[in-house]
Amino acid sequence: MTLMDQGNAATGSFPSTVWVENVSWVDRVPRWVAMVAIFAIFIAIWQLTHMTGLVSPILLPSPGSTANQIYFVGHNLLTGGYMLTPLWVTLKTVGYAFLLATAIGFSLGVLVGETAFGERAVMPYLVAIDTMPKVAFAPLFIAWLGFGIESKVALATFIATFPIIVGTAAGLHAADENARMLFKTMGASRFQTLIKMKLPTGMPHFFTGLKIGSVGVMAGAITGEFLGGGKGFGDLIRVASTNLDTARVFALIIYLSIIGLAIFMAVVWTQRRFVFWHKSTALTES
Amino acid sequence: MEHAAVSLSPQQKEPAAQDARPVYVLRGVNKFYAKRGIHALDDVNLTLVEGSFSSVIGSSGCGKSTLLKIMAGLTPPSSGSVMLEGKPVLGPREDIGMMFQQATLFPWRTVLENIVLPIEIRDGKKAARDAHDRARDLLAMTGLSGFEHVFPNELSGGMAQRAAICRMLVSQPSVLLLDEPFSALDELTRDFMNMELQRICRERNATAFLVTHSIQEAVILSDVVYVMSPRPGRFVEEVVIDLPRPRTLEMMTTPEFGALVDRIRSQLDEGALA
Repeated sequence: MTLMDQGNAATGSFPSTVWVENVSWVDRVPRWVAMVAIFAIFIAIWQLTHMTGLVSPILLPSPGSTANQIYFVGHNLLTGGYMLTPLWVTLKTVGYAFLLATAIGFSLGVLVGETAFGERAVMPYLVAIDTMPKVAFAPLFIAWLGFGIESKVALATFIATFPIIVGTAAGLHAADENARMLFKTMGASRFQTLIKMKLPTGMPHFFTGLKIGSVGVMAGAITGEFLGGGKGFGDLIRVASTNLDTARVFALIIYLSIIGLAIFMAVVWTQRRFVFWHKSTALTES
Repeated sequence: MEHAAVSLSPQQKEPAAQDARPVYVLRGVNKFYAKRGIHALDDVNLTLVEGSFSSVIGSSGCGKSTLLKIMAGLTPPSSGSVMLEGKPVLGPREDIGMMFQQATLFPWRTVLENIVLPIEIRDGKKAARDAHDRARDLLAMTGLSGFEHVFPNELSGGMAQRAAICRMLVSQPSVLLLDEPFSALDELTRDFMNMELQRICRERNATAFLVTHSIQEAVILSDVVYVMSPRPGRFVEEVVIDLPRPRTLEMMTTPEFGALVDRIRSQLDEGALA
């Protein structure tokens, strides 16, 4: 009789002591069920608040009228209605700003992270600028660049650049002592060390910066459109809000958040594709 | 003290080592860190003959890392002479192979690409491709055949160190500098890897220099063990290990092995008290 047979045949003298670990039912709910449940509870509270009549519909529209507006805006966009042009303007703003912020952020990040000069002389100024409330620069950008798309691109770029600088610079510092020593023993030049070791090692940090930047670029573009007019999605929100059409405002915000999420997920997808060795999830970071 | 290493009796060594020639020679090497007022190395003399395996053992901070860095050309000595193959070591050199406690494989490169990295750094991508056959031979020798296109994340600790051995050997170095290469592995794997290291060194008649703080590891692998004491870091004794080759793990239970371990331990204790 082998050991395993003995285990299977629990006898009177050896009672089976299999027991079940107690896991609360809340922790066993599948993710999608939990998400749907949270959403349903949220809508229910919203609907109840609306039905009590304590809050004016101008301040808080009903879930139903918001859903109506979501359908209306979606229909307008899909049938090539008047909202399509503002959407395109905002997408262009966000796209240009994100590309610019990535290019500037990466370049400055390399300068600050790789050179002693950059770290000592440039970084303090960058930190100083980063602590300023960047939205306060909006009027300046509008004065300098006008009411067109340029001032919005500038503000969005300004907001999104800093996390990318920090991410890039932190990434360049991420390589451990062993890797540096190994490259030294191989007689690698500074450029080779940067290209073949430091930059790839720092990719996860760089992408963290990109993720934060991708959120900031949206905020910057919409803020710019609120303050500087123009023909973007932010202007649609401003008009709807002036008309006290709160349900429309809600609907437009939801579409904006879908765009924001799409940009964010594009960054996540790119990271998974190019930084395949680093396991990270969409929302949390290493 | 360097004469003892040269005067190993022939029956202890391979026949090829009878006319052993010195590969790496250090004479009167001192290292001061002026800023911190530390005398890290005090008059270190060392001769590594071709095909020999030497170890240096000492407590943390005794200067063995400094010695290894000087030998690797990563830091200059304050005084003295450091000559490899008759040429002064004035910086990192292709004919110095080095291995660290961590395998330090790069996760975005396959095992094969990691191994030819030293070639790629020195001679470019084309030379690295030309070295693929040599890298495959090394993988076969270290028992990693079939893992050429695997990424390092999928390797165990021991396998990663095997790949690091291949990377060290790919540029066909004259001397192997080993900085506690297996100390991050579990003990069973470490013993096994030490035997593998011995086999590889014998197959290639490699000249190796190991830094460790495991007395057993130093004794089982080495022809000579240098005991180092701290502040200032210097060799206090040179212990010739006359156990027959090839060494086996069973030798670790013999009285001869125990006596050597005891002798080194008492030297280290003296150094610690001094």
